[in-house]
Amino acid sequence: MAESICRALRDGALEGEHAPALTIKDSIASPFGFHVFCHVLSQLSSFILAGKSQSGGLVVVSFSRSPSFYLELLKNKGIDVVSSDKRIQILDCYSDPLGWKDRLIEAGNFTALSHEASNSSTANVLKDVKHMDKLYNSIVERGKGLIGGGKNRFSVAIDSVDEMSRHASTSSVAGLLSNLRSHDQVSSIFWLLHSDLHEARVAAVLEYLSSMVTSLEPLHQPANGHRGDLENLSLIEHNLKKGKFHVRIKRRNGRVRVMSEEVHIEQSGISFTSLSSEGAINQGLVPKVQFSLELSEKERIDRANVVLPFEHQGNGKPIQIYDGRRSLADSKHERQVAATEKVQTNEDSGGGEIIYFRDSDDEMPESPKASI
Amino acid sequence: MNQRSSNLLDEALGLDQSIEPWPLRGRIVAIEDQVETSGSFVLHHILKRSLSPNSSNVSIFIAFSQPFSHYDRVLRKLGCNLVTQRDNNRFFFFDMLMLQCPGGDEGISPECGLIALYGKIYKTIVALPEVSSKNVTIIIDDLSLMEVAANGSSDYVLDFMHYCRTLTTEFDCSLIALNHEDIYSSADRPTFLLQMEYLADILIKAEPLATGLASDVHGQLTVLNKGMNYRQGSSRNKISNFHFKVKENVVECFYPGSQG
Repeated sequence: MAESICRALRDGALEGEHAPALTIKDSIASPFGFHVFCHVLSQLSSFILAGKSQSGGLVVVSFSRSPSFYLELLKNKGIDVVSSDKRIQILDCYSDPLGWKDRLIEAGNFTALSHEASNSSTANVLKDVKHMDKLYNSIVERGKGLIGGGKNRFSVAIDSVDEMSRHASTSSVAGLLSNLRSHDQVSSIFWLLHSDLHEARVAAVLEYLSSMVTSLEPLHQPANGHRGDLENLSLIEHNLKKGKFHVRIKRRNGRVRVMSEEVHIEQSGISFTSLSSEGAINQGLVPKVQFSLELSEKERIDRANVVLPFEHQGNGKPIQIYDGRRSLADSKHERQVAATEKVQTNEDSGGGEIIYFRDSDDEMPESPKASI
Repeated sequence: MNQRSSNLLDEALGLDQSIEPWPLRGRIVAIEDQVETSGSFVLHHILKRSLSPNSSNVSIFIAFSQPFSHYDRVLRKLGCNLVTQRDNNRFFFFDMLMLQCPGGDEGISPECGLIALYGKIYKTIVALPEVSSKNVTIIIDDLSLMEVAANGSSDYVLDFMHYCRTLTTEFDCSLIALNHEDIYSSADRPTFLLQMEYLADILIKAEPLATGLASDVHGQLTVLNKGMNYRQGSSRNKISNFHFKVKENVVECFYPGSQG
């Protein structure tokens, strides 16, 4: 399911439509948004470098991490940005976003060391992130530089809309994202947002701009108890390694598709699995008793093989419909057989069997109700 | 040399093993405390560890809360002489008690304010000999008073913290900051606290006990050691919780119920 989002970004914009836009949303209770962002970034980069995407290049707008972080991240995934034919550019809004270094140099007696010099071919430092139109122009300029003219398109990744929102108003941030989305050379765009850092309306604005929204939630909600509570602590620790990954995709025809998966944080990155059965999700709610409340695998198979009473057997034989009324002797015999041979029957036929005991069979033969 | 027993706090921070190279290199530690449970002792403890004779670590202490004499007195009781360390260029104390930033964005000049403070820290690090410049710990006491000095602008403080963060990537410094949770935890001001929680690789919370006041236990510490470090290829996500008692010369950390 996470792969379907990456594919959507890879396939890019249809003619005459806005570029697909993805919001990755998390909160402090399940802070994996950045892991997901890195995953999507690596996937899209691979597609671009392999020539499998609509997009011919990627502009990474880095607010919350240094450019060298992304270079190393992609290198660890086998993508060498520096040696690739300049398909990935990093717009550095991290090192000096407000131009403080320049102001200190102007004031005198300050020398900024340039540790990013080796990455200067791939990283471009932006020193004024407060003005959204300047930022927009920088992004588009880098993108166009990557792909040249013509019908080629580029993708954009923004690692922190939160930082942008700190420096500029919601409407100007929304304006920038909307303009990028509707730019005819932008193939796809995705960004990360921490939902609890903003009012609900800010997250809502960004979600309206998105064709896909992924949100991360904790698997288990710790009770509103005391932090020192051991159970709460283990739940919190559990929530730091796993979470729920919801995806909402808006189709062109207006239909909205919602899917969920489980996300695991591992040493090598993140992985996605389908959501465990209800038993696992409600683990905290299932009471601990000495008998099993769930079916074993064998029992599940047997249940699936049961032929239901009114089901068409479809095997050429005349359809037998069990109406639940048998003679008392027959039903008693059946019951005994069933009790002693139930297990064998199941093993022989490989199918399950419905064992039904009529309440009226329990009554004494003298009772008027026993007569058929 | 006293043989110190490695305590639970050291373990939770990764300081129980060798401290050379400094285990907190390139990492950001946020400490949140409350009125009933001051977290200053965590700052003092980390400062003491960073100035250990076995390491070449340098500490830059940015004080908004107390004057030098206060920290000198406290650290002496913990067995660390700040005057000597200062004279040996292992300890740099920036007294920010009188800092007052001018009001209004346009009026900010680099000669004062947080921009200048950033410049001062940068210059100090760059001037260090090669070996030491790789092992710098920046300690801030505390962020709420920094906000006061910045005329209540938490945005300005966050900008400053961002620039300090660039120091952790540029120079591999560690950054330790103390903040007061109960000031910001109300409904309309949680974002400042959350911003720091997102930023931190290690989050330490000092809170009162759920059961209230006690004479033997002063509070509980919860240490959340996260931090995706692609360089080391590891992803730690460990949470520790234990009680503490602040004594004159030491802080005792112990698991609940284990103190007689």
